Amino acid sequence: MYGKGRIIPALILFLGLMTSPMWYKSGDAGKMPKPEKPKDYTECVAPAQYMRTSHMVLLNQWRDDILREDGARIGKTANGTEYVRSLQNGCMKCHSDKKKFCDTCHSYASVKPYCWDCHLQPKEAM
Amino acid sequence: MIEKALKGSTGYWVWMLFLLSLMGVGALSYVQQFNYGLGITGMSRDVTWGVYISQFTFLVGVAAGGLMLVLPYYLHNYKAFGRIVILGEFMAIAAIVMCLMFIIADLGQPMRALNVLLFPTPNSMLFWDMIVLNGYLILNILCGWVVLHSEYKGIKYPKWIKPFIYLSIPWAISIHTVTAFLYCGLPGRHFWLTAILAPRFLASAFAAGPALLLIIAMVLKRVTKFDVGREAQDKLVTIIGYAAMLNFFFLGCEFFVAYYSQIPGHMHTLDYLFWGLGHGDQVFNNLVPFMRASVIMGLTGIGLIFYSRVKQCDGLLVISCLLIFISFWIDKGLGLVLGGFVPSPMDYVTEYVPSFQELGVTVAVWATGAFILSILYKVAISVKLEKEA
Amino acid sequence: MDSKRRDFLKIAGLTAIAGIAAPSAFNTLLKGEALASAGPAASGHGAAAPTGKRYGMVIDVKKFTENPGLAEQCVTACHTIHNVPDFGNKKDEIKWLWVESYDHVFPEHSQDKRPDGLKGMPILTLCNHCEKPPCVRACPTKATFKKKNGIVAMDYHRCIGCRFCMAACPYGARSFNWRDPRGKDANGRPFIKAENPKFPTRMRGVVEKCNFCTERLAIGQIPACVEVASQAKGLIFGDLNDPNSEISQVLKTSFTIQRNPAIGTHPSLFYII
Repeated sequence: MYGKGRIIPALILFLGLMTSPMWYKSGDAGKMPKPEKPKDYTECVAPAQYMRTSHMVLLNQWRDDILREDGARIGKTANGTEYVRSLQNGCMKCHSDKKKFCDTCHSYASVKPYCWDCHLQPKEAM
Repeated sequence: MIEKALKGSTGYWVWMLFLLSLMGVGALSYVQQFNYGLGITGMSRDVTWGVYISQFTFLVGVAAGGLMLVLPYYLHNYKAFGRIVILGEFMAIAAIVMCLMFIIADLGQPMRALNVLLFPTPNSMLFWDMIVLNGYLILNILCGWVVLHSEYKGIKYPKWIKPFIYLSIPWAISIHTVTAFLYCGLPGRHFWLTAILAPRFLASAFAAGPALLLIIAMVLKRVTKFDVGREAQDKLVTIIGYAAMLNFFFLGCEFFVAYYSQIPGHMHTLDYLFWGLGHGDQVFNNLVPFMRASVIMGLTGIGLIFYSRVKQCDGLLVISCLLIFISFWIDKGLGLVLGGFVPSPMDYVTEYVPSFQELGVTVAVWATGAFILSILYKVAISVKLEKEA
Repeated sequence: MDSKRRDFLKIAGLTAIAGIAAPSAFNTLLKGEALASAGPAASGHGAAAPTGKRYGMVIDVKKFTENPGLAEQCVTACHTIHNVPDFGNKKDEIKWLWVESYDHVFPEHSQDKRPDGLKGMPILTLCNHCEKPPCVRACPTKATFKKKNGIVAMDYHRCIGCRFCMAACPYGARSFNWRDPRGKDANGRPFIKAENPKFPTRMRGVVEKCNFCTERLAIGQIPACVEVASQAKGLIFGDLNDPNSEISQVLKTSFTIQRNPAIGTHPSLFYII
């Protein structure tokens, strides 16, 4: 191969640099986030596992359904408890502390959802 | 082939560094705009589009202008354009890139720009504009590069590229037609609501695009050994001259309709642009000197460009092309967009002056266009000169 | 005829066929959300019988002249409930509902001679919730759309801030967030004086406008401005398609005008002057 002496070390250096964040943190999973669950409620709008992985999908569904199709604003949990299908007026009613609930996982996963650019978090938690 | 852009004279490198520094200054302005919001520009609730969208509109014309070279060369086999046609295609590439940059600069939520693809909306003209602009960009990169690369290798271009070249001809018309449709389909804004808008856009494009090309060609003749040839030059004079005349004919039609019909909505914008619009105790006229200069420069340019051909004088040719180019830049790059907003449909008059940062971003986008154009032209000319030597 | 030109003609022919086929494809695509471009049957000559709800409003301007300050109260109620910021300058201004003078609401009606009373008469202005909204036609992402109940609504999550809708709106009903509405002015005063915790704010870089209080209608309330003006009966809100609704009765018995009807947007707002 032409220029072998330079290309291969350069490639190795490049790969090393690109993967350096992984080496830097290897063997350290970081502290697992423990979002604080609401004390007075035992049941969420969907199973906890689904909410953990897909709450953003659900929020998008609510949004499109209510904004565009005039969908129902009230939903019912499996046990028949009524809730408001709304981030600001529904979710945050139980999960009233954004910092202790939303932010713990979001900062761990380094995601920055833009929900709070418009939606207001409950006053007492601000 | 691209390596040709990496070897150049000191002058070439100084020019590229100069452009890079302009781009840097503009990038700082854009960072400011990104952090503060579009409120940093001179735009307001009543004048919601400013210098970004007007530059975009003008540059679509520059891109479409390449058609005036592609069409005679490929369709009518007009051999004299053999050396210049690639310059037209490459200019279209640079111009479209600038257009796209101006659109992004104008978005309030640039991170969401891809929503246009995610939620395709065929009833919006902006959706179609996205399609035709990106399509034209791809077509020109493809056709320009393949043809030049074949020449580089010393062979005739492959047959499969021909359909793409032919497709790029109606496509060039479509980019400026759809851009005109952005404006002329809106009820309530009389100045834009005219069926003649797309033809007028095309006429000015077919003058301004080739005019810029001729200016660059004359510069290249000076600083490199590259000469597009007398015949091509003279032919372009005809094209530019007649297209410019058509543009003024269309403008005259607008004047007739407005002032003969005496419909206030039709007259207001022309009043504002050319005479100053009295409203209450105030007179609004900040664009009047520009618009009058535009007409004077345009008409002088038309006269001079034909005279330059009679005299066979390159200096005069450059001056007349500059006059025509600047004239149409003012007409479309200032008057057309702002004129539609400044006298509002609710009969308010709100003038617009771009902010410092807005101009910074604008200059940077132009510099980026010039940067891309320089690279492409460097490659094209190096290849052409090498093959001819 | 040389072969090149023949090639070109072939392509041109194909393009023409595509052009003929396009409208039907176009119509298929248009079905669904893009109600704004509904065909000529939607209105005009031999209009089809309306189906579904179409919310509308009658603004009885005289009632506002008789009750000075009422119009401003409506505006305050609307802007407070919807967290509409006040930037304190005209350039950045955001308004959903506002008071305008006759000359600017009805520029096409401004005849030379008219009653003195029209001068300085406060006229409430808001989104017209047009039956054929040009803003919906212009929006490249369906961030603004027409709902089945006639309300022209917005999805602020989707808006890219191109402001095409503002160029398209003939009534100046749309505002853009030129800067962060959650911010504070030089004196530290927030642009949104008191946030309503039940309703979101908007973010920088999106367009916003009156939503006919969709969120209140959904829970059985009437729009905030209508509620404020209800004692004076200044604003009548209801279903235009229901012949027995109060608004339909008022429209049957009173002479009303609409803003710039000549451009065919079919506003759902009617004025009694």
